[in-house]
Amino acid sequence: MRRRLLAALFFGASALALLFLVLPVVALFTRVPPGRLLHLLSTPVVTDALVVSFKTTAIAQALILLFGTPLAYLLATRRFRGRTLAVTFVELPLVLPPAVAGIGLLATFGRFGLLGSSSRALGIDISFTQTAVVLAVAFVASPLYIRTAIAAFEAVDPNLVAASRTLGAGSTRTFFRVVLPLAGNGLAAGESLAFARGLGEFGATIMFAGSLQGVTQTLPLAIYAEFSVNFDVAVALGALLVAISAALLLTLRLTLSWRPSPRTSPSLFAPST
Amino acid sequence: MATLSTDFALPLRSFDLRLALDVERTVALVGPSGSGKSSALRAIAGLLRPAEGRITLDGEAWVDVARGICLEPDERRVGLVFQDYALFPHLSVRANVAYGGRERVDELLERFRISHLAKARPRELSGGERQRVALARALARDPGVLLLDEPLAALDVHTKAGVRVELQELLAGFELPTLIVTHDYEDAVALAGTVGVLVDGALRQLGSPEELVAEPRDPFVASFTGANLLRGRTVGHENGLTTVCLESGELLYSTDGADGEVGVVVYPWDVSVGRAHVDDSALNLVSGEVGSLVQVGNRFRVRVGPLTAEVTGASAERLELARGGTVFASFKATGTRLVPL
Repeated sequence: MRRRLLAALFFGASALALLFLVLPVVALFTRVPPGRLLHLLSTPVVTDALVVSFKTTAIAQALILLFGTPLAYLLATRRFRGRTLAVTFVELPLVLPPAVAGIGLLATFGRFGLLGSSSRALGIDISFTQTAVVLAVAFVASPLYIRTAIAAFEAVDPNLVAASRTLGAGSTRTFFRVVLPLAGNGLAAGESLAFARGLGEFGATIMFAGSLQGVTQTLPLAIYAEFSVNFDVAVALGALLVAISAALLLTLRLTLSWRPSPRTSPSLFAPST
Repeated sequence: MATLSTDFALPLRSFDLRLALDVERTVALVGPSGSGKSSALRAIAGLLRPAEGRITLDGEAWVDVARGICLEPDERRVGLVFQDYALFPHLSVRANVAYGGRERVDELLERFRISHLAKARPRELSGGERQRVALARALARDPGVLLLDEPLAALDVHTKAGVRVELQELLAGFELPTLIVTHDYEDAVALAGTVGVLVDGALRQLGSPEELVAEPRDPFVASFTGANLLRGRTVGHENGLTTVCLESGELLYSTDGADGEVGVVVYPWDVSVGRAHVDDSALNLVSGEVGSLVQVGNRFRVRVGPLTAEVTGASAERLELARGGTVFASFKATGTRLVPL
């Protein structure tokens, strides 16, 4: 009798939890009829936000890949003084409240910030521009990529790198022909995570870049701006983001099934935690 | 044939590896794990940096610390076959071989009988096939030296014997200075004409397998080459015979001369085992119970007290009956070596 009661409790709790997660997503699509949803998506607020989001995300992710990959490789393969400190700083934005990230960016690049005077001398004011959106997204999203990339590079068997070198390949050729292909799936998984985080970025962006339609107003910011003005537009934007996120999750699921290269020797380094 | 000459020191965690060696044909370095064998190969290949000394191939300096020379691995014409073969898992067999050099890929695939596997991925191959791919890949680089790290350790016992024979034949055809590293003395003897025993980074003895067995320079070499080692001290010299008193109190005779603490070295195949006491002053006798009885090839290794003897199947059968009983192991005084301890 008690066992049946316990089982019923488990099923009940599971059903409630699942329902709680499913309902808000479903609600986005049921509140507004599909035809009207498509119509709402063609309003200027939505299209502007889509363009801003697309542009800033593309630039921010390119920067993350371009600068994050070498950093991750270095942190994965070299042991040097201050490495732990560097890894800590890489991971810090993950746990930082977005508002703190926004304030930090303002205090750095803002008009009276750490680097503000030097950039003002060059005639550039970064805050409340699209550049600011890119920086905010890169700041909060890059740790997700770099962390995963470090793990992916660490999983590459150092003996394979050594084998490549003894077979006559220099370190550049070794990196592109052995290290990158073997770490590739892991890098893709990390990039998907960073992409998702960047697309949803809200707190740091609104503080550092503001919410100017067509300039710095990304999709999440547009939702916030619209929900007091035209709730249905906000819902349409929400539905759009759900669709993009679902597509992303699916690719992530597929790429996350990657396996690290089969290890043929104990790693020279302990994996970072 | 070219000559690889090494004379370098490489600091390792708990000792310095020092290796002065000329490799013309095939040389095997044997030693227990952690003796610095693999590090020696890595230093020659350029994956580790010696603190002092030189490594040259036919006079061309790969490393000359005094002159500030240390070539990168890709600048040395070296073929290193890793212990686990380190084949690139994301490349086909053909692409793995071509990674070393594109010119002779087909010829090498043919020669190593892996043409039919050209499109396969390394994970689909057996141990022996992987080794052939690794060898072909190393040779595709057209190396001046071949280095093999524990070439047989990754194989299971059943495939090992076959692969060893195969490797023997291949090595004979390479005409390259070859340095093999192994922890198995039998593998070393099977694959190389010269064997060096490496312990704690130091080359204890270098010679032909026969020399190492016949005249081991120290107890470690003796036990490593498979010999019995009985500890004792000399108590007298008479008529060209040295008398050694073992720790157990038994007396042994040897035609070797030595003084003080010594190890009496005797090879299992020089020991015969019988149930009767034989009285002969030139014959050493050790009595004991019949211990373990293990088949090695077509012969049996039998433990009598502190000694291992190798006997024929027929004698093993007789001894099997005597298990638990006392027997006598005998060996000639001329069949013993004394090594200072």
